[in-house]
Amino acid sequence: MTVANRTIAFTLNGAPVSAAIGTHHTLLEVVRDTFGLNGARESCGQGLCGCCTLIVNGQSVSGCLYLAAFADGTDVRTVESMAVEGKLSSLQQAFIECGAFQCGFCTSGFLLMSEQLLAQNPNPSEAEIRNYLSGNLCRCATYPEVIRAVRLAASRPQER
Amino acid sequence: MDAKVIKEEQIGRSVPRMEGAAKVTGRAEYIHNIRLPGVLHGKMFRSRIAHGRIVSIDTSAARAVAGVHSVVTGEDIQRLIAEPYYGPAFHDQPVLALHKVRYVGEPVAVVLATDPHVAEYAAGLITAQYEELPAVFNEVEAATSPIHVHDELKPAITFPDLKHLKGKRGTNIALDYKLRRGDVEAQFASAAHVFEHEFHTQHIMHTPFEPFVALAEPMDDSITIHTSTQMPAYVRLEIARLLGWPENKVKVRTAWLGGGFGAKVYVKIEPMVVALALLARRPVKMSLTMEEQFYVIGKHATTFRIKSAVTADGRISARKCEVFWNGGAYADIGPRVSQKSGFTSTGPYRIEHAQIDSAEIYTNLPPAGAFRGFGIPQLVWAYESHTDIIARALNIDPLEFRRRNILREGDEHPTGTAMRDAEFEEVLVRISARMGWDQPFDRGTGTKRRGRGIAIGVKASIAPTTSFALVNVSADGSAVLFCNTIDMGQGSNTSMAQLVAQVLGTSSERVRVTQADTDVTPFDMGTLGSRSMFHMGHAVRLAAEHAREQLEALCAETGIEYQDEHSIAQAFRKKFGMQAGNIFGVGHYTSRYQPADHDTGMSKEITPFWMIGGTGIELEVDTETGHVTILRMVNVVDAGRAVNPRVVDTQISGAALMQMGATLSEEMVFNEGELTNPSLAFYKIPGMRDMPVAIENEALEAETRSGPFGAKGVGESGTFGVSPAIANAIDDAIGVRLYSLPLTPEAIYRGICAARGEPLVD
Repeated sequence: MTVANRTIAFTLNGAPVSAAIGTHHTLLEVVRDTFGLNGARESCGQGLCGCCTLIVNGQSVSGCLYLAAFADGTDVRTVESMAVEGKLSSLQQAFIECGAFQCGFCTSGFLLMSEQLLAQNPNPSEAEIRNYLSGNLCRCATYPEVIRAVRLAASRPQER
Repeated sequence: MDAKVIKEEQIGRSVPRMEGAAKVTGRAEYIHNIRLPGVLHGKMFRSRIAHGRIVSIDTSAARAVAGVHSVVTGEDIQRLIAEPYYGPAFHDQPVLALHKVRYVGEPVAVVLATDPHVAEYAAGLITAQYEELPAVFNEVEAATSPIHVHDELKPAITFPDLKHLKGKRGTNIALDYKLRRGDVEAQFASAAHVFEHEFHTQHIMHTPFEPFVALAEPMDDSITIHTSTQMPAYVRLEIARLLGWPENKVKVRTAWLGGGFGAKVYVKIEPMVVALALLARRPVKMSLTMEEQFYVIGKHATTFRIKSAVTADGRISARKCEVFWNGGAYADIGPRVSQKSGFTSTGPYRIEHAQIDSAEIYTNLPPAGAFRGFGIPQLVWAYESHTDIIARALNIDPLEFRRRNILREGDEHPTGTAMRDAEFEEVLVRISARMGWDQPFDRGTGTKRRGRGIAIGVKASIAPTTSFALVNVSADGSAVLFCNTIDMGQGSNTSMAQLVAQVLGTSSERVRVTQADTDVTPFDMGTLGSRSMFHMGHAVRLAAEHAREQLEALCAETGIEYQDEHSIAQAFRKKFGMQAGNIFGVGHYTSRYQPADHDTGMSKEITPFWMIGGTGIELEVDTETGHVTILRMVNVVDAGRAVNPRVVDTQISGAALMQMGATLSEEMVFNEGELTNPSLAFYKIPGMRDMPVAIENEALEAETRSGPFGAKGVGESGTFGVSPAIANAIDDAIGVRLYSLPLTPEAIYRGICAARGEPLVD
């Protein structure tokens, strides 16, 4: 097994960082194993479930498929950036109030995608929420609660 | 105003989950996240044949890869553990295949390396030579096949009703539960109507999103196992048994589980990581992929032959049930599924003459075990489809037919156990009221046809089982609950804290609950079968009551009125002269149970409580494509008193939606024993767009008098009625009856074509 190594530099949750990586490493591995940010997680390993969702240059990606080498020079955000100085975002608060998670393994991905949805569409209908979040799977099937949480957060736009 | 603080009632409060902030910030701890210095990662090489003798395993190329620490096979494991076979019902499963492989995907060797990518690459270089043997896959064939998955049956000591199978050879039947009540054949001979059908269910997988993961850490004279398990106490017991160690040298700890659903009960990959860590004398972590999960455990495929005698006035007088459970190559807890669920095969009906044969059968497929509902959804699928067919054939409204036959309070279940606190009829009443069953219904037009269906199921609890709990009150009056009930998303830590708070007179938010760690958390049988709220709930209640008695005594001794944490803190300070000391409250509970008689299968006390769940469905079928849209799903359960109503509601809908996936799309597809779709790309679990247009849930206002504060378990009840309610609604919509799950658009379209006399070729 031959491994090529290189160093990449990028912005992680607002801070400039660099990391020594193998070209086969995914951005998910680097975020987790080099920087200890555990909010994004590998589950299906095929970009189908959304547990590994990361935001690269303002766009959601599947961290388990996104090669770390491509993150060189980008701006990367994880769920850990959503709460500012310990204060939960409006979406995070709404997820708690609506009980919009069970085991919690997929929750980070749902939060990041919901945030992206509300940025594009501040008052989505239920059908729009279902459509937008259809790429995130929740095996506990906490879908009705997630929909309620997104709508609750949408009703409090000023805090978002 | 009264000086006494008026305490808010904690039972029945929708307390937000205590781990909420941790889960929405990404900080919640999962075993998935553990990193340890010096850890080795293990990656498996698996069998590619379904049945055969191992002739040789060539690991030389793997060993030659730079960075590989070692390659381990079954023979290496045997140097550590002479009899390396585990399992709760049978000691039949080798840590790594020994002499034989019994299914495609069975672990044969493991590569250890510091870099998981290196281990994975090297595992791909291993080859094995086998002498192939004929294999058997179908459960009905396997029941009488000359091909035997195991040469000899090796029951574990745990279950008395398996003892008679010890040493048995020449069979694939790993449990044969029988119920004999009255004389079914005489009834069939004389009945006004006799109906007979055969139903099938498919293999499915739990796919918890945190795949199986465990890390074993050898210590000086003990071992620590970090594992995503629903059963820490059992893992400790089984590992201690395998190693011949006392239990106190094995420490098992968990964190939040990223889903379980029954997949993570008993032991799974823990024996392997323990053996590897002891051989390597290094910590070893194994994180399975989603693909690999499909080779660990799944849900039984079943064949269910059901026959009923019905009187002229629409009463079921006799029912005969023959259930074949496809257990796969290793028994796991399958025999318990086929017995504990098997004895309810006749459904929630008053039937005087009943006969059940429920058999767990070995095949050359991946093992099957516990899966949310513990076998009940497979049974309800059959008996509630059957029930609907009978009602329609007799031109009796399906709801009315059920009400005419349903078990009522005090009635005897066919096993001989009387029904107590089991609100079957009320569940039917509430579903039909919500659906407006007696109102006109829009049946659609043209190629969009609408129908509705209803179904109800019953489940017994796993018994007898034991739970222990410990409440530790510190000198500032704050309390920590030590309990082994695992919170895998069902909110158990929150609801257990509510029980402690209720007894101590504090608020639930003030109580902390530890994660399981067998060095400190006391024994519990495990988190499965919706047993925890009942069994652990009692243990927690008793532990809190024990703590409260001592706290009141402390207050009395120090002349302080027992009120709240503040007064408790004062009492501690007065007694010990400073903020010092603890009060330990302990409690334990074992459910009452009378084992079923071996010959008749009957018992006066077969379960400590009954779980009841029903579903009503309104749907639309596109007759050009076979596609189904569920317009409305109504789930009603009897969960006793709801400790946390919001958590209960989420449990009901989560269970029902999971079962909807099992009904409409999920299927492990095998080709000669080889799984063709071990991936979420081709194994379709429900997403947001698959949800019913509308879903509503109700937990009846009910009380389980034998339960803690009137509560009982609710984690599975939402699954029971879903599959047959959908099939019954499809029949109602288009007059097509389906007998096999899943109800895919293709299956429905084939049914439509066959019904109009133009069957499609395969």
